[in-house]
Amino acid sequence: MKRFIVKRLGYAMVSLALLSLTIFLFVRLTGDPAVLLVEPGASKADLEQIRSQLGLDRPIWVQYGAFMSNLLRGDLGQSFYYRTPVLELYLSRLPNSLLLAGAAMALSLLIGIPTGIIAAVRVNQWWDSAGKIFALLGLSLPSFWVGLVMILFFSVYLGWLPSSGSGTALHLIMPAFALGWYFAAAHMRLTRSSMLEVLGSEYVKLARIKGLPEALVIGKHAFKNALIPVLTLAGINLVIMVNVAVVVETVFAWPGIGRLLYEGIAFRDFPVVQATVLLGGAMIVFVNLFVDVLYAVIDPRIRYDR
Amino acid sequence: MSPLLEIRNLGVHYVTARGTRVTPAVDEVSFSLDAGETLGIVGESGSGKTTLALSLLRLLPTAARFVSGEMRFEGRDLLTLSDKEMRKVRGKRIAMILQDPMASLNPLFTIGNQVGEPLRAHEHASRKSAWAQARELLRSVKIPAPEARVKEYPHQMSGGMRQRIVGAIGISCEPRLLIADEPTTSLDLTIQAQYLNLLRDLQKAHGLALIFITHNLGIVAKMCDRVAVMYAGRMVESGPVKEIFDAPAHPYTRALLESIPRMSDSRRRLTAIEGQPPDLSALPVGCAFHPRCPDAMDRCREEAPPDIPVSPGHSGRCWLAVHPEPARRISSA
Amino acid sequence: MSTTEAALRNRAEPLPVAMPVAALRASGFPYIAIGILVLLALVAIFANVITPFDPEVGSLGDRFKPPAWQMGGSTTHLLGTDHLGRDVLARLIFGARVSMMVGITAVLVAGVLGTSLGILSGYLGGWVDQVIMRVTDTWLALPALTFAIFLAAIRGPGVWNIVIILAAIYWTRYARVIRGEVLSLKERDFVRLAIVAGCSKRTIMRKHILPNVLNSAIVLGTLMLGVVIVTEAALSFLGVGVPPPQPAWGLMLADGKKGLMAGYWWLTVLPGVCIMLMVLSANLLGDWLRVKLDPQLRAL
Repeated sequence: MKRFIVKRLGYAMVSLALLSLTIFLFVRLTGDPAVLLVEPGASKADLEQIRSQLGLDRPIWVQYGAFMSNLLRGDLGQSFYYRTPVLELYLSRLPNSLLLAGAAMALSLLIGIPTGIIAAVRVNQWWDSAGKIFALLGLSLPSFWVGLVMILFFSVYLGWLPSSGSGTALHLIMPAFALGWYFAAAHMRLTRSSMLEVLGSEYVKLARIKGLPEALVIGKHAFKNALIPVLTLAGINLVIMVNVAVVVETVFAWPGIGRLLYEGIAFRDFPVVQATVLLGGAMIVFVNLFVDVLYAVIDPRIRYDR
Repeated sequence: MSPLLEIRNLGVHYVTARGTRVTPAVDEVSFSLDAGETLGIVGESGSGKTTLALSLLRLLPTAARFVSGEMRFEGRDLLTLSDKEMRKVRGKRIAMILQDPMASLNPLFTIGNQVGEPLRAHEHASRKSAWAQARELLRSVKIPAPEARVKEYPHQMSGGMRQRIVGAIGISCEPRLLIADEPTTSLDLTIQAQYLNLLRDLQKAHGLALIFITHNLGIVAKMCDRVAVMYAGRMVESGPVKEIFDAPAHPYTRALLESIPRMSDSRRRLTAIEGQPPDLSALPVGCAFHPRCPDAMDRCREEAPPDIPVSPGHSGRCWLAVHPEPARRISSA
Repeated sequence: MSTTEAALRNRAEPLPVAMPVAALRASGFPYIAIGILVLLALVAIFANVITPFDPEVGSLGDRFKPPAWQMGGSTTHLLGTDHLGRDVLARLIFGARVSMMVGITAVLVAGVLGTSLGILSGYLGGWVDQVIMRVTDTWLALPALTFAIFLAAIRGPGVWNIVIILAAIYWTRYARVIRGEVLSLKERDFVRLAIVAGCSKRTIMRKHILPNVLNSAIVLGTLMLGVVIVTEAALSFLGVGVPPPQPAWGLMLADGKKGLMAGYWWLTVLPGVCIMLMVLSANLLGDWLRVKLDPQLRAL
């Protein structure tokens, strides 16, 4: 088991290195990086100063070295707008995004898994068709539009829920739903197909041959096996949620890292943008690692294979 | 003593979702089985033998329909039972062993858990008791160190051991009938004989009736008292093993027996049966076997033969059945 | 047989067997989906002809007019006006043009790039494969939206910039899938025969591999279309996509937000419905194609 973790950790490190390299190269290769890395409204002299300060005239690998060493020391630059180190800013906003993503994920699983199971058990009947429609809608409606329409209904027309900001559970409902909606559909689809596959397996057949009650066949034998791919996907989706929440957070003015990214673009605060992308990617790498390990814990086959 | 299992004129058809195509997977099948007897059901893939086995447990896919017949087990027609009552039969009175033991066992649960399940479901055994009984069951199927094995997972066992475990599950509630669907097909050759001996011992010890589904005539010769040959969903011949092997009444049976390669054979070429098994949804008129039959007559092309008795307990669906020809002897080694 | 009647009333115990997912999809030809897409394409092509007004010019005196069927609306502006007095219908029509153009171009470019790299990577193997795969994996690790925002911040606004950015992000999806296909195609006999016959690697890739992966590429293309359009809408909504005053549905949603609290629903609901229709149709088409062209692609 330990070897397994170490190996996975190694892969993660390589991915992170490649990620930082990609970001670095993109900034350097497109146009004049100084323009991005300097505050808006700077003069030509300022540009020159920044260029030499950041060593933009030095060879690329030297620059990369400087970039990486800064990174590893936790220095991701300073926000032009907030005048604080970006990392600090990011970490202060992160919990809000995690809260939103957590709520959205919970919603998506609470809706997605049961509907998926019912659709599979009642395959091709009414429930299944309803489920398919739900899935199609979920995957086709942009999350921010769902959010906007919800605001229209619940804030403007009905006046039940606040349209922006955070602080109470009421503030959380709409953004969580808007964000989770798409994923609920994705999870439902995966649960359904996974469940169908499991229901056709030999061990489920044997469970029925044993004469076990149908509830036990589905609840014990089918359920656990079917959930494995769904939970894997959910784990990965959680971090994806955090990252794509940018639009939902903007719509609802939710103070998370998504909104931070939006502010970064709106105020041309490039260090913020760069750091958000970098950290977002890093998060995904780590979550993939975590999910791989978790998978090994749940499924004994993986543990012993390595 | 009335037979343990009596099947009369059973018909199972598969219907496509739109009701457009009807495939008769099992058609006009009748046979009976006494307690403690071993019946072999032989046929190519697609002959209907697996459908027949699943029918006995009423575990057919949604597309399948029972269209005729009755299945009397211990005096009761299984087709008339409610779902709840049928569930009490499965695993407890009639058990089944599937072909692939790796796929039959749930990878996420321990052996002990899975072996003890029927006991907990049917006999309401407590967890502790089921666990203990599982250990004993593993011991009775000759698995070494059952105390340790019981806590392990399926993927940690070898194929032969897994199949024994599936056997243990089968006998756990002391059923009267055990259906074995190609139980040795996925085992190594060296393990097969061991496993067959184990089944024989279990049968003697528990007084089981055994239905052996296989395509291997050698196993039939070794294990079975009676044999039934299936072709295109019908039972084309059934009777005592020795009689059928000595003098098969149906050309298909004859061809099967002759196609077994023998060392003593002077011929160079292997005998194969010409042609392909028929498409069940588009069966030819008359006898289903006539396109491939070396003895086909005009009558065979027009009229499907009924089950014609040849001698007591032995019958065949062939117009020529009244004059059975002796087949080459095959040794029951 | 007394029990025959009972037997004849389907007494088979239902055992849900795993039916191929493909068979469960509406196997009928997606008339509605294709109809909608064709309609949108026609609207996009003939936008200049059918538009009632100039989408970029508005009169401030006509701001926030509701659609014709609501109180205060008129038939001049069938679907109302926005915060600058521009006709909503006109903007929706031209928005269709932008969405279609961006969507189709980006998908095509990404498709060509991704398929080529996928074929090269899968067939040639070795270090070419390693390099392309590492790049693909890294890019796939970044969520498309975040990456797109990042690239947009670097490159600046503009419709063609958006197309380039979207293509640059989504080619990786193609490369991954096509590479997988090529890997299994490589083992097939007809490829081996070609190698034995002495065909050059280039010829094999062009004549034998390419036609066989085209199916997957097409299916992936239709499925990607929906994703790309939503991403473009999101980018425009955030202000880093299509730049104003050009009409784009995402941009209309951003503008619409301004009037949301005042209840000007048509500025939010209508563009969203258009997006939904296009994406839904693309998804339905993609699903149907997936079933028709190759049932093995259900993993996509």
